[in-house]
Amino acid sequence: MTLRSDLAAIAEMIPRGSRVLDVGCGDGALLEHLIRTKAVDGRGIELSQQNVNACVARGLSVMQGDADTDLNDYPTAAFDVAILSQTIQATFAPRDVLNQLLRIGRRTVISLPNFGHWRVRLSLLVNGRMPRTKALEFQWYDTPNIHLCTIADFVCLAQETDAVIERALAVGESGQTREMHAEAWGPNLFADGAIFLLKRRTADGDRTSPSAVS
Amino acid sequence: MAEIANPRFLRPVTAADADIGQAITFDKPLTLDCGKTLSPVTVAYMTYGRLNAARSNTVLICHALTMDQFVASAHPVTGKPGWWEDMVGPGKPIDTDRFFVVCANVLGGCMGTTGPAEVNPATSKPYGLDFPVVTIRDMVRAQAMLLDALGIETVMCVIGGSMGGMQVLQWAATFPDRVVSAIPIACAARHSAQNIAFHEVGRQAIMADPDWKGGTYQLHGTQPAKGLAVARMAAHITYLSEIALQRKFGRNLQGREHISFGFEPDFQVESYLRYQGMTFVDRFDANAYLYITRAMDYFDLAAEHDGRLADAFQGSKARFCIISFTSDWLFPTSENKLVAHALNASTATVSFVEIKTDRGHDAFLLDEPEMYATVRGFVSSVATSVGA
Repeated sequence: MTLRSDLAAIAEMIPRGSRVLDVGCGDGALLEHLIRTKAVDGRGIELSQQNVNACVARGLSVMQGDADTDLNDYPTAAFDVAILSQTIQATFAPRDVLNQLLRIGRRTVISLPNFGHWRVRLSLLVNGRMPRTKALEFQWYDTPNIHLCTIADFVCLAQETDAVIERALAVGESGQTREMHAEAWGPNLFADGAIFLLKRRTADGDRTSPSAVS
Repeated sequence: MAEIANPRFLRPVTAADADIGQAITFDKPLTLDCGKTLSPVTVAYMTYGRLNAARSNTVLICHALTMDQFVASAHPVTGKPGWWEDMVGPGKPIDTDRFFVVCANVLGGCMGTTGPAEVNPATSKPYGLDFPVVTIRDMVRAQAMLLDALGIETVMCVIGGSMGGMQVLQWAATFPDRVVSAIPIACAARHSAQNIAFHEVGRQAIMADPDWKGGTYQLHGTQPAKGLAVARMAAHITYLSEIALQRKFGRNLQGREHISFGFEPDFQVESYLRYQGMTFVDRFDANAYLYITRAMDYFDLAAEHDGRLADAFQGSKARFCIISFTSDWLFPTSENKLVAHALNASTATVSFVEIKTDRGHDAFLLDEPEMYATVRGFVSSVATSVGA
């Protein structure tokens, strides 16, 4: 099975043999891929019962739970990398979730849909209705995506939460990725989504060694 | 050690063609947590399926408080189907075409394994209250003796619900090298104050029955049936949920148009509970009920490790799959999650699944498709990983 290309881009950021927590791991495709190809010690958290069962049947270690409430149970720096893939927009308190991830993982990888894309902007301008995209085709009243944001919005949040953006990728319509300047206006207008590699800014400055947070 | 062909049961075998299983008597004394030793020890058990050549396909099932070894075949005393027939059998989530299933009656029980109703060799009378207080760990030790006798070193999966789940956790903690995977269902790492309280109500009901006679009722040819029935009735309420009781019975009257202005069972729920109590005493021993509830009360896995539950599983390489039910208030999700977090904090790998149901604690014995799907997926992925 080939991995969705945005997931492949995330996988590429994960060091071999690391300890990984995938928050909102879905049916476990990424975790399984990481365990098979990168020999990671991978764990997952997933809200949907059906998805958890799919993960368990794949032999994965997955906790049925909620990113908004359950991250508190994990010790600080328990994982080398915490992943939040296409999930932050569905959390109740994205800022708290991001803080928890930065605490639990020495590195954090976050992927999100970009509501700043020109088609979304145009859709609102022309139709005067809340935009629906191919990836997020819910109506405003039944969407689980209660906290949609643009790339610029997220960069702003990252700065407020003391996260350092180490890498930023723009994700195209078919999932292809390319490096971007997180604060540039272009990707916020043209990228369908983004992937960020973050770490927490430590109290005594911006040290690069992961062991600095242990 | 001697294999005896027929386990002896306290109650007569009434189901004519029932498979009554096997039993092994061990002469080697079993040292118990209370400091006393027990000898001889008989362990009665059932097996289903076949042990493979590599001896790698054993699934050990640990039964709950009032269950027994008759998991997937008719109960020899009541004639009723096995208590987990939807879970265990050919093509079922625990597939007996593929796995070798073992279930033993617990130590202190009354279906053939040594318990308070058995004859004390020192006095030639039934043990009664002379039977030593046993713990969940003692039960697990007795099961380990059985597996040794059967030539099974490692268990592919240990699974059980409620008190069975406690045994599963104890197995992983006591014999980390023998357990490949574990499925504790609807259980906890310690018995809560509320659960101890309910057990105490049940025990007091038994001991308040004049027929209990200080536990010596067998010598008098009686049994504290009323007390045991009340204990069962009280406990049975804790196995259900308010919503399930309301849905099933509401305020419906039983066999009458109007309330009787008396103390007959006017309501269906009363009649149901009385029936549960009445039928229970036909198959269960009152003293065994005292001993087994006590074993659950004493269960506190963290206490064996200076209060640190995570340390209980240090060294365990087992894969865990913990299952809880949303409406279970006896062993609520929060208790199950504590175990999951402790496992996460140790080196063990753990999955946790919370099944949505309104049927309360009893859900683990009922037709819950999501539970079956979870167990099927987990067990078969473990089997694949060990080549069973």
